[in-house]
Parts: sequence; C-alpha cells; structure tokens
Amino acid sequence: MDILTQQLFNGLTIGSVYSLVALGLTLVYGILHIPNFAHGALYMLGAYITLTMMLLWGVHYWMAMAVSVLVVGLLGVLMDRLVFHPLRNAPPIHDKIAAIGILLFLEAFAQLIWGADYRTMETPYGQVIDIFGMTATTQRVLINIGAIAVMILLYLFLKKTYIGSTIIAMAQNREGAHLVGINTNKVAMLTFMISGGLAAIAASLSAPINLVFPGMGHLVILKAFVIIILGGMGSVPGAILGGYILGFTESLGATYISNDYKDIIAFVLLIVILSIKPKGLFSREGF
Amino acid sequence: MGSLLKNRGWVIGALTVAILFPFVLPNAYFLHILTLAFIWMIAVYGLNLLAGYTGYLSLAHAGFFAIGAYALGLLTVKTEINYWLALVAACLITSAIGAVVGLVALRTREHFFAIYTLCVGYIIYLVIDKWDGLTGGVRGLIGIPVPSNIGPLSFETPLSQYYLVLFFLIFTVLVMYRIVHSLTGRTFIAIRNSEDLAQTIGISTMKNKLLVFVLSTFFAGLAGALYASFIRFIGPDIGYITIIFDLLTYLLVGGIGTLAGPIVGTFLIVAVSQSLQFLQDYRMLIFGPLLTLLIIFYPRGIVGAYYDWRMKHSAKKVKRTRKEQSYFESETVDSEKKVKEG
Repeated sequence: MDILTQQLFNGLTIGSVYSLVALGLTLVYGILHIPNFAHGALYMLGAYITLTMMLLWGVHYWMAMAVSVLVVGLLGVLMDRLVFHPLRNAPPIHDKIAAIGILLFLEAFAQLIWGADYRTMETPYGQVIDIFGMTATTQRVLINIGAIAVMILLYLFLKKTYIGSTIIAMAQNREGAHLVGINTNKVAMLTFMISGGLAAIAASLSAPINLVFPGMGHLVILKAFVIIILGGMGSVPGAILGGYILGFTESLGATYISNDYKDIIAFVLLIVILSIKPKGLFSREGF
Repeated sequence: MGSLLKNRGWVIGALTVAILFPFVLPNAYFLHILTLAFIWMIAVYGLNLLAGYTGYLSLAHAGFFAIGAYALGLLTVKTEINYWLALVAACLITSAIGAVVGLVALRTREHFFAIYTLCVGYIIYLVIDKWDGLTGGVRGLIGIPVPSNIGPLSFETPLSQYYLVLFFLIFTVLVMYRIVHSLTGRTFIAIRNSEDLAQTIGISTMKNKLLVFVLSTFFAGLAGALYASFIRFIGPDIGYITIIFDLLTYLLVGGIGTLAGPIVGTFLIVAVSQSLQFLQDYRMLIFGPLLTLLIIFYPRGIVGAYYDWRMKHSAKKVKRTRKEQSYFESETVDSEKKVKEG
C-alpha cells in the first residue's frame, strides 16, 4: 500500500510536467494546426537557460525561471515569425519538416554552447519532507503545486480576459476570427509565446529531479504528442487530463509491469488508441 | 520512357562516373564513403516513394532500416544460413512488418500519421535496445559476414562491395522509375494531391497506400541489410530518430517527389559533411537551418528548383521565338503546351 501511494504521488509529479508541456503543444496545434516537433527543443532550452542563470550569475531559482520563460517565449515568437508564418499556406508536410529542422538546429546549438554532458540542477528546495507517511522532496511537491497554479492561471487567462477570448476565437474558426477584426498574426505570436513559456516552466520545475542534457526533450515531446492525441488534438482540458493519465500509467507500469519498458507504455497506449480511433480519442471541440 | 531518353545525358554520365570512379580515384576512404552513400540512397528512395509521391510522411523508416539490418545480422550470425537467402528474408521480414504496421497506421492521416509512425519508430528502437537476449542490446551485433560468393564472384574486397551496392542502387532506381511512370505511380500522386478526390473517382486508396507503404519499407529493409553486411557491426543506434532526420535531410535537399532527388541530395550532403568533418557533432547547426530555409524557399529541393529554372528558361525561349518567327505559330503553340505540361 505504501508503494502504491508513493507511486501515485510520483505519477502526479510526472503527470504535472507532461501536462505543462502538452498544454503548449496543444495550444499551438489548436490555433495554427502545426504539430510543433521543435517543442521538445524549447523544453530543453528552458532547462539550460535556468541552469545557466543559476550557475553563472547566481540568480535565485525563481528569477532564473522567469528569465527562462521570457527567453524561451520570445524564441517561440521568433520561430513563428521566421518559419511557420511564411509556411502558413504550404502543404501540411512542410510544417512538420521545418519543425524538425528547427529541432535539429537547437539541439546542435545547445550541444555547442553547453556541451553534451549530463548536468544536474541544484534547487533551494532539496529538503526531504514527510506527507501522509510518504517521503518526498520539497521540489516534487513544488512541481505539483506550481503546475496546477500555472494551469489555473492559464485557464483564467483564456476564459476571463479579452486577449484570452481572441485565442479561443481563433482556435474555433480562424477565418471567422479574422473577419470580426482579430489580428490573427498577433494571436499566433502570442500563442507561441505562451507555448514556449509553458515549456520553460515545465523544464525548470522538473530539471532538479531529472538531468539536463541536449537530448532531454526527445522523450518528453513524444509523450506530449501521445497526450494531446489522448486528450483530443487542440483541447486544453484534454491535455491536462491526458498528462495525468499518462503520468499515473507510467509510474504504476514501472512498478507493477517492468521498469525497463516503462517508456514503451506511452507509445503502446498511443498505438492502441489510434488503431481504434484514427482521429484521436476525442474530436476537437474548441476549448 | 520519354523522360529517361530526354535525360539520357545525365543518366549515362552519372553511371559512367559511378562505374569508373574506383579506377580514377583509387582511394579506400572515398570508396567507403561512397558505398555508404549508395546504401542511404536506397533507403531515401523508399522514403521518397511514400513521402514524396504519396504525401505520407513516415517517421518510422529508421526503424524499418534497423529491422532489415538486424534481420540480416541475426539470420547470418545466429542461424548461419546462406547470405543471399538471408538478404531476401530480411527484405521480406521488413515488408511483412511494414504491412502489419501500414494496415493500422494508414487509417490515420497527415499529422496523426506522422506522430503514429514516430512512435512506431521509437518502439522499434526501444525493443532493439532492451531485448538483450535477441539483439544483444546496447552491445550490438558483431561478426556479420560479407556477402557470400556467387559462382566466381566474391565480395571480400571493398571494391567488389562497392559494385554490389551500386548494382542494388541501379536496381532500385529502375524499379522506382517503372513505378512512378506507371498507372500505379500516377495513382500515388493522385492520392497525394487529394485523397478524397482519388477515392471519388474510384481509386481504392487503402489498397494503394498499403502497397506504397510496403514497397517503401522493402527498400528501407534492403538498405538496412546491405548496411549490416557492409559495416559488419550494428547497434540499436541505427534505429534511432536521428537516422530518419538524416534521411529526410537527404531527401529534401535533393528534391522530394523527384526521381533524381535522392541521389543528388544524399551525394551532396554526404560530400559536404565529409568536408566539414571537423564539426561532425555540430553539423546540424548548418543542416538544421538549411533544411528549414529550403522548405520555405525551395520546397522541392535542388532538383525541383532546377526543373523550375528550366521551365522558365524554355518559356522565355518560346516568347522570343514567337516575336521573331511569327509564321511558326503552330510549333510555338506546341512547345508552349509542352511547357505547361512539363
């Protein structure tokens, strides 16, 4: 029973990170219909920037994260402007390949600057605490609280603010949004900004319990794709729910099935889903 | 046959260079690189048929490449059957797995297909990596034999292997040529242009998609098997995602959906990365943006750009002819038609 609660908590932690990454991915997909393969690279850069800020300038963890969010968010905007915007009328195969090109570049770039070594990130929240009979580091608790807080903020932003509604409007109908006077280019840039920011938050939160290296985005992005298919491409609640489902499945699977094959679980799950429903589990119904 | 004859200068030239190369420049290193490039070309042709002509971007092809390589490796090392039997078997095994994957994967479209195949590719990699008992896991598989003799022909030397791989490459190009210029090839292009329309005019899209998927995995498997017997060592890395990115780069630089694209792209990129050897780990710093810029400005690659240029060129010529010789009107109309079609 102890193992079960411990694993459920682990699942919650992993799920929080997955959900944040998948949220950024699903926003971009919902609004621009681009499966952004380069999203994993943004995640990786987010971790590196936070790490560098803390190591080089001794900036506090939270400040470092804020800088990382800003930088990666702007990088997302740049990506939209330089690559995806010129490609908006191209056949769908082109977006994907361009995204792969960006991914390759950013990974090589990270390797050039930070080297290929695995690095660990120190956190001011390394204490071990006891909650309901299980042990966890404060960092893990922080990941859960932070992720949920960000999700609530994002929800409020989308539902309660004017700018948020323009994003929703554009996700529902791009031409319609354009017709009623929404500047679709600006909204697209904003979406990329949010998407990059979410990836940076997820990376900065989870880096202390994982390792930081140039290829760290690979598995996460693949799983994020599994999640947004699970939750319906472009659906925000779907991405959150899907993230937690995958987190729990993985951490329970690792304990009760096989630790070696825990990464396969996500992909087998996806293949089963797409085999039964080729268009994803839920059809997209806006936000 | 028309377009092959029109381009016969190119075809004969390339063939002569390929055949005479080992004599003109007897350098073991170049020979090795070129043989490897030929093997990649075969795999890229498989990918081209699927992504370029049918419009389905499969990211699982590195996995199929690895399946071909491991099938040959395991058959020759563990069961010690005849090499050529193993080669045929490796291709068939890859195609069979391709057929099973294709049956399910091809029900999905566009993004879903790309993501689905990406996951299939990753599963293949993970299975190879983790299944220690069969594949040797991370340690890989060593001692794969060179192709066994056919009568008096032996394939012990690098030179003979070069010609063997060249033979398979020519075979691949011929098969591709026949497919692309047949009704089946046109069907694939129809599916690429509009799957719904193709279905409306009575094309069995699923049957054709499955056919093209199996064909393309067949060539991935063939390339993998040749790779295994050429390098004689394989590890799970050959199934990793980076390989499919490499293949895509070759294809896109050359020209997706063109017959000469895979050769031009692979040759060029391999040549450039050899001369940029000093930044081997960082070559993606150059190729990443190159790939992206190319897809924005020249979505059909070098060969596609060349076709466009030639078309414009001949269109200009037509205009000039019309001005100077207005009495040859009938011919002008003729060549104009050619431009439009061409």
